[in-house]
Amino acid sequence: MKTVDLNTSTVRELNQALHDQAKQCDEREWLVTHPAGTHALACGLDQNISVDIEGHAGYYCAGMNQKATVTVHGNAGQGLAENMMSGVVRVTGDASQSAGATGHGGLLVVEGNASARCGISMKGIDIVVKGSVGHMSAFMGQAGRLVVCGDAGDALGDSLYEVRIYVKGEVASLGADCIEKEMREEHIAELSELLQKAAIDEDPKTFRRYGSARQLYHFKVDNASAY
Amino acid sequence: MSDIDVKPGQRESATFDRNTIHEIQRAATTGIYDIRGFGAKRKLPNFDDLLFLGASMSRYPLEGYREKCATDVTLGDRFASKPLHLQTPITIAGMSFGALSANAKEALGRGASEVGTSTTTGDGGMTPEERDQSRHLVYQYLPSRYGMNPDDLRKADAIEVVLGQGAKPGGGGMLLGQKITERVAGMRTLPVGIDQRSACRHPDWTGPDDLAIKIEELREITDWEKPIYIKIGASRTYYDVKLAVKAGADVIVLDGMQGGTAATQEVFIEHVGIPTLAAIPQAVQALQEMDMHRKVQLIVSGGIRNGADVAKAMALGADAVAIGTAALVALGCNDPKWDADYRKLGTAAGFYDDYHEGRDPAGISTQDPALSSRLDPVAAGHRLANYLRVLTMEAQTLARACGKSHLQHLEPEDLVALNVEAAAMARVPLAGTGWIPGQGTY
Repeated sequence: MKTVDLNTSTVRELNQALHDQAKQCDEREWLVTHPAGTHALACGLDQNISVDIEGHAGYYCAGMNQKATVTVHGNAGQGLAENMMSGVVRVTGDASQSAGATGHGGLLVVEGNASARCGISMKGIDIVVKGSVGHMSAFMGQAGRLVVCGDAGDALGDSLYEVRIYVKGEVASLGADCIEKEMREEHIAELSELLQKAAIDEDPKTFRRYGSARQLYHFKVDNASAY
Repeated sequence: MSDIDVKPGQRESATFDRNTIHEIQRAATTGIYDIRGFGAKRKLPNFDDLLFLGASMSRYPLEGYREKCATDVTLGDRFASKPLHLQTPITIAGMSFGALSANAKEALGRGASEVGTSTTTGDGGMTPEERDQSRHLVYQYLPSRYGMNPDDLRKADAIEVVLGQGAKPGGGGMLLGQKITERVAGMRTLPVGIDQRSACRHPDWTGPDDLAIKIEELREITDWEKPIYIKIGASRTYYDVKLAVKAGADVIVLDGMQGGTAATQEVFIEHVGIPTLAAIPQAVQALQEMDMHRKVQLIVSGGIRNGADVAKAMALGADAVAIGTAALVALGCNDPKWDADYRKLGTAAGFYDDYHEGRDPAGISTQDPALSSRLDPVAAGHRLANYLRVLTMEAQTLARACGKSHLQHLEPEDLVALNVEAAAMARVPLAGTGWIPGQGTY
């Protein structure tokens, strides 16, 4: 295992060393110590490596991740795993706003709570939050799954496209064009698999499913009140 | 009203003219606002309101066909380790695959590459056709993040963080269902055929302090190689430029309200933003006050049509310009040879602006395979290259007449204004006087 101490190394040095793995993967396990909330940690990775960050991360940790497994042993700032393509990102604490924003693939697990706009504009990523999510989560979500084991804030799934949302707790309110949908067997199976992958012990049968009513897919005068 | 047979004395209202009456009737019938492409069509103060002061006794001109007037420009050398070096300062503005056909995108790349300048992706990701044919390709980073991926980010030659565009500062994009084909939908991760809405705000940052961190992330992902542009629609330009510089931009792209769009509400196009002419001096002032003029380069777009416009924008302080609408016209947009087809759509060559409908007879703003095939990307790319060469030579002609051995040596002192409005906006004297309105000099 290679250890990078951010008390003595810069973020640039860390990321460059991690990016160099894309050419030839010499070291598959990395430990980052003393992150102290630094921004842009372990972003732009493109190799099947694991990175453990021992402490809190700042903005955009694991941004645009591909293939790698990044674990933050602490809290993460805004835009955690934004635009992730593949791989796994896990945070053991809470995540700030826009966790998993625009993600195209991979799995993001937040073991604590996620703040507002979790999964905003998500495009295929799977997000599992053990706690609750803030307002406007999955706003304009296009594809992927959002699982919330706690509660969801206001305007969940506003202007949703094709994201499937599963919530166990209370939903403060649904956003425009987001409706509750029937929880069929295939959805229970799908949710069960997601929870298993995220290593979160919850009964999928206790969740409710939300999705798009698909009424805002075309500009129509009848929708004027929704715009 | 000479074109309509009415009895003498009938008078058209200046307030409720025919276009206004038609729009009221259209709105009453459909219940939805008018959407169209192109840019602002109203008359605005523009570069035609400025003139160059050619050299005579007090200034020394350069020989038109003998003495060199360089045109190259370096963009993005503030922080990026691989800045762009272009042979001409006339670049191609961001336009999306989706709004434009794949052939049109390829043609833009071909034309730009032929003369050594850059082209730019748009709100829909990077196509292989475009990347393959573009020597210098700027990759737009938009609020929607459609098609955004780190592989393409690394393939790009520069990254343009788009905050807005001149046709609609403060507005998001739209692409109507007719153009959301399987390929376009796939690139954007959207259902086929929907009326697509693009966000107007970025999803993971909310202000200039956040943007600074976002830029840091983009630099980290690309190992600090790529120049980072920030594109703004011209509105509160002075402040926006200062904040963009503070956020860490290598290059500012400033798009005035004459800038084009593929689909926007008419009311937005015509009533939001400020003219390009008014925006440039604000941006230059902001850069100069921060000692960043020429260190953070300024690219100006919005209504650039000829070499005079290029030279005037540069004399006011731009390092380069970008063209969008004019580039499409060079490819073949609004070509009279398709007039019969334009007539079938209820328009005519020279008037067509319904880019959002996807029925472009010229095969440019469409995803219809039959229409797209009308545009030969090789021939169209060559037409664009010709046009870019003409613009460059025209700008050189004017620069030499002003005694400049490089286009970037043009300066505001080379310009005067034809009217008070242009003098005030461009901050150059009214012709024949030393008067710049608002600056107290006579």
